[in-house]
Order: sequence, then C-alpha cells, then structure tokens
Amino acid sequence: MINYIIRRLLLAIPTLLVISFIIFAILDLAPNDPTGNLPMTVPPEVREKIRVSLGLDQPMHIRFGMWLNQFFVNEPLNILHEAFGISIGDAEERTRILSWSTRSPVVDLIIQRTPQTLWVVGLSYLFGILIAIPIGIVSAYKQYSWFDQVGTFVSMVGFSVPTFFTGMVAIIIFSVQLKWFPMIYDTTLSVDSWQNFVTQVKQMIMPVSVLALYNASQLSRFMRASILDNLNLDYVRTARAKGRSEKVVLLIHVLRNSLIPVVTLIALGIPTIFSGAIITEQIFRVNGLGQLLIIAIEGADIPLVQTLTFLFAILIVLFNLIADVVYGILDPRIRYD
Amino acid sequence: MTEIRTTEEFSPQAVTKHRSLWGDVWRQFRKHKGALTGMFVFAFITLAVFIGPYIHNIDPSAIDFKKRNLSPTLSHPLGTDNIGHDTLAQMLAGGQVSLAVGFLAMLIALLLGTMIGILAGFIKSLDGPLMRLTDLFLALPILPLLLVIILLFRDTLRTLYGPEAGIFLLIVFVIGITSWMHTARIVRSDVLGIKEREFVTAAYSIGTRKNRIIFRHILPNILSPIMVSATLGIANAIITESALSFLGLGFPPDFPTWGRLLYDGANFIQITPSRVIWPGLFIALTVLSVNYIGDGLRDALDPRLRGR
Repeated sequence: MINYIIRRLLLAIPTLLVISFIIFAILDLAPNDPTGNLPMTVPPEVREKIRVSLGLDQPMHIRFGMWLNQFFVNEPLNILHEAFGISIGDAEERTRILSWSTRSPVVDLIIQRTPQTLWVVGLSYLFGILIAIPIGIVSAYKQYSWFDQVGTFVSMVGFSVPTFFTGMVAIIIFSVQLKWFPMIYDTTLSVDSWQNFVTQVKQMIMPVSVLALYNASQLSRFMRASILDNLNLDYVRTARAKGRSEKVVLLIHVLRNSLIPVVTLIALGIPTIFSGAIITEQIFRVNGLGQLLIIAIEGADIPLVQTLTFLFAILIVLFNLIADVVYGILDPRIRYD
Repeated sequence: MTEIRTTEEFSPQAVTKHRSLWGDVWRQFRKHKGALTGMFVFAFITLAVFIGPYIHNIDPSAIDFKKRNLSPTLSHPLGTDNIGHDTLAQMLAGGQVSLAVGFLAMLIALLLGTMIGILAGFIKSLDGPLMRLTDLFLALPILPLLLVIILLFRDTLRTLYGPEAGIFLLIVFVIGITSWMHTARIVRSDVLGIKEREFVTAAYSIGTRKNRIIFRHILPNILSPIMVSATLGIANAIITESALSFLGLGFPPDFPTWGRLLYDGANFIQITPSRVIWPGLFIALTVLSVNYIGDGLRDALDPRLRGR
C-alpha cells in the first residue's frame, strides 16, 4: 500500500509538470500584452521597460522555470512565513506572484476568496451527499416502485438541467415573485449577531440548495446502481439466511459495500466544488474563487489566471490520487502490489 | 407467380420473419418510454429550430424600440426584449447555433476519441503513451482552460474568419478537443476485448490486412458504446456552450445562442422573466431528451438486456 502511494505520488509529479507547462504555454502563445491596458500616453520605451521588469524578455523555458520555482518554492515559503512566522531564508526579500490588475499578491487574493467558495459550494456538496445516499438506498431497495420511478426521473432532470437555469428560476420564484430571499449574495455581511446570522442563512439557502440538488441527482443515480449491484450477491443471501433483519442486511451489509465506489466518486468530485463554483458564483454573485477567476480572465490578469487554473489542476490530480488510495483501503480485494 | 408465392409462404424462412440487428434494437428502444419521448422531443426541437424561421419569418436581429419588453402577442408569440427583438425569432436562430455547436463538437470529440481508443487498444506500443495522454487530459481543469483559451484566441480568430464564424469555430474546436477522453477509454477497453475473439483471429488467418480488420470487424462491434457516447457528447457540448455564453465568454452579444440569450436575459430578470425561462427551458429540454435517448440506446444496444 505504502509502495503504491509513493509510486502514485511520483507519477503525479510529471503529470503536474506537463499540466503546468500546458497552462503556461497556452497563456504564453496567446497574443496578449500586459501593457495593453495602460493609457496611450505611455511611450513605447517605458512599455518596453515594464515588460522587462515583468521578466517577459527572457526565453520561454527560462520563464517557465522561474514560474515553477515561484509557485512551488517561493509561495509555499511565503505562506509559511505569514501564517506561522517560520522564515526559511530571506523571507522579506522573496518575490511574490503579483496580480497585474490589483498589484497585490495573488496568494492573498486567493486566501481572501476561499472561505466564501468553501462555505457555499462546499456546504452544497455536503448536503448533496446527505440527500443522495438515502434516496439511492430507498430507490434501489424498492426498485421500480413509484418512489424509484419519481426519483429516477427527478435525478435525470436534475443533472440534465444546468445550474445556471435552475438558479435563475429559483431567483425568479423566490426573489422576484415571493421576495423570500435576497437576489444577490452580500459578502460584506459579517455574522456578529443573531439577525445577521439569519440574513446569512437566508442568502445561502438558494445557492446551496440549487447546487446541492444538482450534486445529489448525480450521486443518487450512482448510489442506486451500486446498491443494485450488491443486492443480488451471495453474501446478502447468507446474511438473510442467518436470520438478520432486513434493516441490518440493507443498512449494514449492503450499504457498507455499496458505499465503496460512491466514496471514490465523492472524492473525485471534490475538485469540481471549485470549478463548478465558477458558474454558481456567477449566478448568485458570490465573490469566491470562481468569480475571482472570471474577473481575472476578463481583465486579462495572466498571473492570477495561471495560478488559479494550476491550483484547480493540482486539486484534480490530488483527489484522483486520494480516490485511488481510499478505494484500496476500503476494498481489500484490490491489491496494488 | 402465384405458385411461387404459395411455396414461399409455406417454406420455413417465410414463417420465421427475418429479424435484423437494427430491427431488434429499434424494437427494444421503443419499449423505453423515456427514450421514445426524448426522441420525439429532440426531433421536434430540431425541426422547429430549422423550419420555424420559414413560418415565423421575423428577422431575429430586427430592432423596434416602439415594441420593447412586450408580453406575448399574436405577432410576437414569446414577446420582445428590451430593444425590441422578437424573442421567438431569437430563440429559433439561437437554437440553430446551439444545436450546430452541440452536433459538431460531438463529432470532433467522437472522431478523436474513437481514433485514439482504437489505436490504443489495437497497437500495443501506443497503448501506454495514449492512455497517459488521456489521463492527462482528464486531469486538466476543463472549464477554466476553456475560458482562458477563448479569451486569448478570440481576437485572433475574429480577424481571421470574421466575428461570428471565428468564435463558432473556436468554441466547437475547444469543446471537441476537451471532451474525447471518456469515449477513448470506453472504445479502448472494448477493442482490447474484441481483438482477442475468435472471429478476429479467423480474419487474420485468411490474410486480412490490419486496417480492414479495424474497419470491417472491430468498428461495427464497438458501435454501441460509440453511439451512446455520441448522445452524451451532444448534451455535454450544448451545456458547455451555454455555460460559456452564460459566463459572457461565448458568442458576441448580437449573435444569439440559447446560452447567450439566457445571459442577456439575466439582467432583465425582474422586468421580463420569460427571457430567462425560454432559452433555459429549451437547453434543459434538449439535454434531457438527448440524455434519455442515450439511456434508451444503451439498453437497446446491450444484447443481454434486449428481448426482456
């Protein structure tokens, strides 16, 4: 097992290197100019100096090396220095990735935006799981019952209808017509009193439930299929023959085994919390990571786009690895050596 | 003549009616209520979008400021928007683009996926590298990358092919080359199983050349997963296109697609909610019907399920 994890970790390094190179190359090959947004009065010599100061006169492979060094060595050390006060080397003088449009360190921007994304999108993922598992269990156990039929239809609709439409419909019904919830997510709200807490919950209900339903519809189909696969296996018959009650058979014997693939799926889906946030945050105007990316893309803020995209890539690779390892731990039939 | 017919009627071949493979598939497909409904809805939407403009012949880009934000009337069945565009005409025009994007992007993804899957499954030395490539693509953060690519290459293509065709080509192309991975994986695993079967060995033994084995013997046998991923591909491409347009990074404003109409309508959600409802409803219906067709096809093409 340890061998396997180490092997996978080693394999993840070239994958990440190639991905970071792809992202770097796409942004580099594209025709764009960081001085393009400056006023027309700035003379060409000054523009050239700005470009040199940004390191844009170096050949591509050197800039790629510098970027990697910055991302994997300097920035983590900076975070260590700021968060825990541990300084390795010359902490004050170390360079930081700066956003072109706001001139502030990219890492700080990301740290500012992460809590909103985690709260809204993370919670919706959690609720999605909590809804999906019981629905999956019941509709598999009562296959072809009315509950199953309705559940299957609703989940089919749930994952076919894009969140930007369900979100809009929710806004029309609950904000415009009924005026129950606010239309725009107020991120300046700080929860310091009971009333503010209620407002916070109110504004979170719509985004969280829209996304939770979307996540639940995908997971519940998977959960149902996984339980159906297990229900006809020999060990279930054995458990029944031993005189176990149906509840124990279903909720202990079958559920534990059917959760194995579902848990991996859940782990694989965690990175989509962040990339899925792009659309949800745009609908409800939540200023999380997704919105940061959109703003950066619209403003052609290359360092910020690069860092965010690469962070998403790292998350995907990391959770792929975690999913594989978890599968190996949960299912003793899988042997990696 | 009559004599021949009578002998035919009593011969055993005439009694057992000939059943073709596709006949069987169709018979099973018809039993799946959702798939059948999905097929009718999808056919209806496609027909409406392509024939509709000949019946409802208002120019979608015609602007009439006197008729702003109208609710549905006889001449404007779905009302008008804030600068007097006819919403129905825009919906039809937008549907043409959205469906075309979905279909073409699916074709690119399918072609790439099938080719890579067959090569990886059939040629051993290519298996490793191609599957690593597939894993690599699966690890890419697709949506952010799509946004970045479109942002960066939009202007170049716009000058090359004109504003509309340029963006269209770019969007079709980037969606196509970022969604072939699942097809490739399924095709590869099917090819790996089929190439060891006896009929392929038999074909080799009579001296069939490799490319003929691929096209004559292997390809027809992996057609069912390819068809299922084609339906999923259309759904995925339509959703991706409308998501891109919804984020404001798809087609230009004067060029209606369902996603773009939804995005434009979102700002007027309090005045004319129907501008959000219609495009969204049509995206949802199309994707839902295509997904149901895919579901039905999967059941119909699986010989273990057929005939139940």
